[in-house]
Amino acid sequence: MSNVLAVVEQRDGALRGTAREVVAAAVGLARDSGGEVHALLLGGPGIGASVDGLAEGGAEVVKVVEHEALADYHPDGYPAVVARIAGEGDYSSVLFAASALGKDLAPRVAARMDLPLAGDVTGLTFEGGAVTAIRPVYAGKAFTRVTIDATPALVSIRPNVFQPVDQAGAGRVETVEMTEDPSSWPTRVVSFEATGGDVPDVAEAGVVVSGGRGMKDPENWALLEELRAALGDGAGLGASRAVVDAGWRPHGEQVGQTGKTVAPKLYFAIGISGAIQHLAGMRTAGTIVAVNRDADAPIFKVADYGIVGDLFEVLPRLTEEIRTLREGS
Amino acid sequence: MNIFVCVKRVPDTETRIRVGADGQSIDPDGVKFVVSPYDEFAIEAALRLKEAAGEGEVTALTLGDAQAQDALRSALAMGADRAVLLEGEVTPDGLATARALAAEIEAADAPLVLLGVKAADDDQQQVGPMLAILLGRPCATAVSSFELNGDKVTCRREVEGGTEVVELPLPAVVTITKGEFEPRYASLKGIMAAKRKPLETKPAQTADSRLRVESMELPPERTGGKIVGEGADAVPELVRLLREEANAL
Repeated sequence: MSNVLAVVEQRDGALRGTAREVVAAAVGLARDSGGEVHALLLGGPGIGASVDGLAEGGAEVVKVVEHEALADYHPDGYPAVVARIAGEGDYSSVLFAASALGKDLAPRVAARMDLPLAGDVTGLTFEGGAVTAIRPVYAGKAFTRVTIDATPALVSIRPNVFQPVDQAGAGRVETVEMTEDPSSWPTRVVSFEATGGDVPDVAEAGVVVSGGRGMKDPENWALLEELRAALGDGAGLGASRAVVDAGWRPHGEQVGQTGKTVAPKLYFAIGISGAIQHLAGMRTAGTIVAVNRDADAPIFKVADYGIVGDLFEVLPRLTEEIRTLREGS
Repeated sequence: MNIFVCVKRVPDTETRIRVGADGQSIDPDGVKFVVSPYDEFAIEAALRLKEAAGEGEVTALTLGDAQAQDALRSALAMGADRAVLLEGEVTPDGLATARALAAEIEAADAPLVLLGVKAADDDQQQVGPMLAILLGRPCATAVSSFELNGDKVTCRREVEGGTEVVELPLPAVVTITKGEFEPRYASLKGIMAAKRKPLETKPAQTADSRLRVESMELPPERTGGKIVGEGADAVPELVRLLREEANAL
């Protein structure tokens, strides 16, 4: 019976939040396709000790490749190692996270294995011997059902869509030898300059606080940052295209068709009117809250809850109420 | 230095999408098509390199049907020197697309290939790195700015939580995101000149798509629209609803 391989990510030696989601997607597929779920983790020496949660999420086997040259993601090294291990096993499908890292890794693995890749999918089924994926297109303005005519089926899954499951797997850790030679990798990673601190990327954050033109001035982002901080560690910051184009916020925070498509559990649209290309990028969020002074703003048509009013009065109050609530719980 | 820029013709991002009669693709009627915005950054980057060097040739390359010529004419109007249309079917299988592009680029002497980080229609972010693997070249993705240093290209990448700097030996493939390369508008002179620039059409060497689109649907409409209240006084009720009704806090 063919197994399902879940390629999971770590950062600084700790599993990423998406790791259990990829395993959950694999568990869901294996239920129909049969076989076991194997997780694959690459990292620096000792990374094999950081596999907590993978067995609890349903992984029967955790394959670990430990090497100094794999401590951080490498755009030549990681694809080579993953393609080799995915090719050696008898896998019916290989799943990745459609995270910033996964979007760089998965296409390279696919090309190395001469296999197609269904990217950034929000649903997966196994029917009639083939994997079928739901893929948002036009940044979420439409969805396609796509059947993958290749084995193994390579898929990257959108963060925050596949919920981790509690299904105890054996989680046997198997160490896989690194046979690649890092000196043959042409790309040199020169430096990394942290900008966002520990704030998660908007595409992976469980809660997103987004600001638009209604914020009036880039300095007012301090108010959004306070709300974000009150919501806890999993919350990220987003921005509308208008404020990115104006240079108020970095493009990495832009939500919408020329930015990122997000699916957090909770999305705050603050001072965002709701242009069609922005709505496309956030409409699959679990719960949408909008604050805008214009009661006719299109954002209220997609928002679950709206407050009409001056955001400079609403925001501090909202931050205070949420802070009180979270401190009390 | 000769540079290839791969571009794609996509619906304008302000387009309201309707599903076509085949139930598998969009209804193109009344849709305005443009060069994918990320590809415009790539064109701009190529043109600036050429202008700084004072030599070299920028080739715009696309896969598609005869209408895809529009995208190539736009690239020529911005300042590309020549264009090649690989006539063939565009599918969601990025590897099939990359294979067609690779066949054309392999035969040319072009140390640098630029693409937009993703196309604004399929949104998969995969053709660039796949093309690089097929060409046996290193690749940097999601690059906001870069510079050439002899036989190397140094790229700043937008990654989670910060900026990464990577250095690749040429020949290389680089995919561009929003950043330093705000695209120029084509001037009237540029648009006129584009009509006289060489645009070659040849059959694409593509493989069959192994991603089969079964159907396309619009997302369910969100049935929201509950206005909790006006002003800061509505906040306690909002927080109560988020906690008790939506279970989101």
